[in-house]
Amino acid sequence: MAAIEILGLEKTYMVGFWRKRPKRALQPLHLTVEEGEIFGFLGPNGAGKTTTLKILMGLVFPTAGTARILGREWTDPEVKAQIGFLPEQPYFYDYLTAHELLDYYGQLSGVPGKDRKHRVDEVLERVGLTDIKGVQLRKFSKGMLQRTGIAQAILHSPKLVFFDEPMSGLDPLGRREVRDLMEQLKHEGKTVFFSTHILSDAEALCDRVAIINKGELRGVGAVEDLTSTVQGKVEVIWQGTQVPSSMRALGAECHVTGDTVRAVLPENQQDAAIDALRRERIRLIAITPLRTSLEAYFVEKLQHSQTTAGKTS
Amino acid sequence: MSPRILHIARNTFREAVRDRVLYNLIAFTLLLSGAAILVGQISFDIERLVVINLGLTAVSMFGVVIAIFIGIGLVSKEIEKRTLYTVLSRPVRRWEFIVGKFFGLAGTLVVNTFCMAIGVFGALFYVAHKFTRPDALILVALYFIVLEFLIICSLALLFSSFSSPLLSAVFAFSLFVIGSFADDLRGFAGLTHGFTRWFATGAAYLVPNFSALNVITAVAHEQGPSPQLILQNTLYALFYTAMALSGAVLIFERRNLK
Amino acid sequence: MTARQRTTIIAGACLAVSMTACVFLLRHIDRLRPKATIDDALYISSPTMVKRASLGFNGLMACIYWTRTIQYFGHRHFDRAHSYNELGPLLEITTTLDPQLFPPYQFGASFLAPKPPNGAGEPARTIQLMEYGIAHNPDNWQIYYNLGFVYYTELKDYTRASEVFARGSKVPGAHPFLKILAAQMAEHAGDFATARLLWSATFETSHETNIRQNALEHLRAISVDEAVTNLQAAVTRFGEKVGRLPSSMSELVTAEHLPGIPADPDGNAYQLTPEGRIQLEKPDDFPFVTKGLPPGYKLSGLPKFHTKL
Repeated sequence: MAAIEILGLEKTYMVGFWRKRPKRALQPLHLTVEEGEIFGFLGPNGAGKTTTLKILMGLVFPTAGTARILGREWTDPEVKAQIGFLPEQPYFYDYLTAHELLDYYGQLSGVPGKDRKHRVDEVLERVGLTDIKGVQLRKFSKGMLQRTGIAQAILHSPKLVFFDEPMSGLDPLGRREVRDLMEQLKHEGKTVFFSTHILSDAEALCDRVAIINKGELRGVGAVEDLTSTVQGKVEVIWQGTQVPSSMRALGAECHVTGDTVRAVLPENQQDAAIDALRRERIRLIAITPLRTSLEAYFVEKLQHSQTTAGKTS
Repeated sequence: MSPRILHIARNTFREAVRDRVLYNLIAFTLLLSGAAILVGQISFDIERLVVINLGLTAVSMFGVVIAIFIGIGLVSKEIEKRTLYTVLSRPVRRWEFIVGKFFGLAGTLVVNTFCMAIGVFGALFYVAHKFTRPDALILVALYFIVLEFLIICSLALLFSSFSSPLLSAVFAFSLFVIGSFADDLRGFAGLTHGFTRWFATGAAYLVPNFSALNVITAVAHEQGPSPQLILQNTLYALFYTAMALSGAVLIFERRNLK
Repeated sequence: MTARQRTTIIAGACLAVSMTACVFLLRHIDRLRPKATIDDALYISSPTMVKRASLGFNGLMACIYWTRTIQYFGHRHFDRAHSYNELGPLLEITTTLDPQLFPPYQFGASFLAPKPPNGAGEPARTIQLMEYGIAHNPDNWQIYYNLGFVYYTELKDYTRASEVFARGSKVPGAHPFLKILAAQMAEHAGDFATARLLWSATFETSHETNIRQNALEHLRAISVDEAVTNLQAAVTRFGEKVGRLPSSMSELVTAEHLPGIPADPDGNAYQLTPEGRIQLEKPDDFPFVTKGLPPGYKLSGLPKFHTKL
């Protein structure tokens, strides 16, 4: 059974005060997340990641489409007892202590009274928050709030957790800990769906990723599958608006943006490409090896979407 | 009733207490004891009248201000601070959230009014040195004041569910003032003709009717409302509250939390 | 059906039910406390207290009290109550809150001074109210007019009435009829013409329905009184000439060369009793007439203003 099935969810906001005009935040999205996997939801800021998560949490209503979570209709309140959610830059009732907050959330999630105290202590320990008894959340640092947020998301032992940018606000050590925690959750058989714009996190953790930009899904698949297409490639950027046919012959994927052209081609063609450009008297701006494979894929996908967007507008 | 409503109500109450809302009791005590000592000294034979009028008016005013200023933030502040995200992603229905918030605020006001009531009776005893039978009528006036609070809480919550705190405060306060003159408003409506009459009558019946709930002056003159009026006022307040809460639920149920 | 739809339906139903219940309850509550707003006026009957309590929003409060006054009068009038005890306090509060608000003075002249059941029967209080109004609005000739009116109609103090009209006629922009009234008071105070002039002036200078209806009723009454007086004189003349009373109205009409059978403003012919008295057919329709009433007649209820404006 799939943990999450997103069937054409889309969202159009009406913006403007007088003359309302529609703004597409999310194109119809189709996505399936299998049970027990760590799924990365990648995209730059403002790509529609948070919107998708908010729709799945029932905070925002989609314009169209539906979704199933853990085999049930996503609006079913019963589903919510089995999922955990960490919002982006979480903020909590700052007049409470972390213990009180988690106790309250435990009550709302239906954690029975006798387990609750024990569970609260356990998750706080797990996210590395100790010595915070009696401290109100208003005194918490950003990193501590992030940890509290993770604690509340896993408090009621959900089968499925949604993390929106779980690493933000954390120091390198904290990131490490959160990564480990996500791994552990996976080992416990839980499904983790997290959004991020930090590729190294995704590459290190995810079984599968989806890439989204400007509200549109650009690619989805296992990390290895996606990266194989961009293994050992270089990025060549030059000035101009035309692509010489000799470059195309080298198998370069070229995209014109403004007055620069960006081409991605295999590493072994690099010298030939430089020669070709020199022959055409074209001014070369940069040649960079694509550092990590996922990054290369990511950049390529985004660039692609930008040029297509540029053409359509 | 779902236990979640209770938990939300309790947390709302806790928030009010931690935000030092109950500190208003200090101001109230100062005001009342000051007044009691003052009229006790002057002694015009109207000490009782002054203490009851002033005390009950203060109870009502303090409560209205608290109800409005907490009420308007109940929903909008949670949306703004995004504290709502982690609540609504739990098995909490949106209507439960609204109803829980309402009971939390209403509970805060009941506790606050209870403390103030003790103060009023204390001041009364100080100036009159004894309690008489008509003093029991003060309880009726206090009860009506609590009913008034219920209505204001639900209205503040209604506005809070779709509007910014500042606008909500303006709306809620205007309705409080208009509602205090509801009788006159219905009178005005009765003097008009044709379409205006329909419109005005509709508006006059839609605004909360606080004038029937204000029996402070009557009680100070030892005249209590009839049991029938007590019953009908109770029903009216409950239905009005239910109406405003339903409205709040209907709006909030549709709201996108950006 | 999703959970959300169910909530919407329940909340919608709840809204509709409670809204209906509220309206019904309000109507009940209003019936339970018919003169509730007026009670306020009784509890705080000191106008200065009300003024202080209104926290500077005097103008608004005056408007509110003015509508309360109208409602109070309307309710009492409708219920055919025989007293208007709170009319005085209400008018005083209104004018204390806003001394420049003119309608209350006019209202007071028409309804505070006349004896029950037509008014509150407090001419002294009315005069005080008018003098207060004049003190605050020395340039408003209409208040002088209303004061003189009270002296004339209620107190029959024609000298004072003449004085007041004369005072009023000196106000810049005063209506010329004040001068005429002042002059007429001296010799023609009891004349129908004078009374008619006064009531017509009241009718024309007011916009308030109650006042206008009241004036109209008085004008009708004056024309009845005048007609009855003239007919009675004709009967006497007939008796002196013929030596017996006329046997019927038509005999009187022929003898007096009247153009037709005389009728009251409603078109009902005047009756001639065997004792030679001229009577109204429906005296109840003329609440303010003083002549043409059956012996020992008592007005059955309150004046009902059957003339529609």
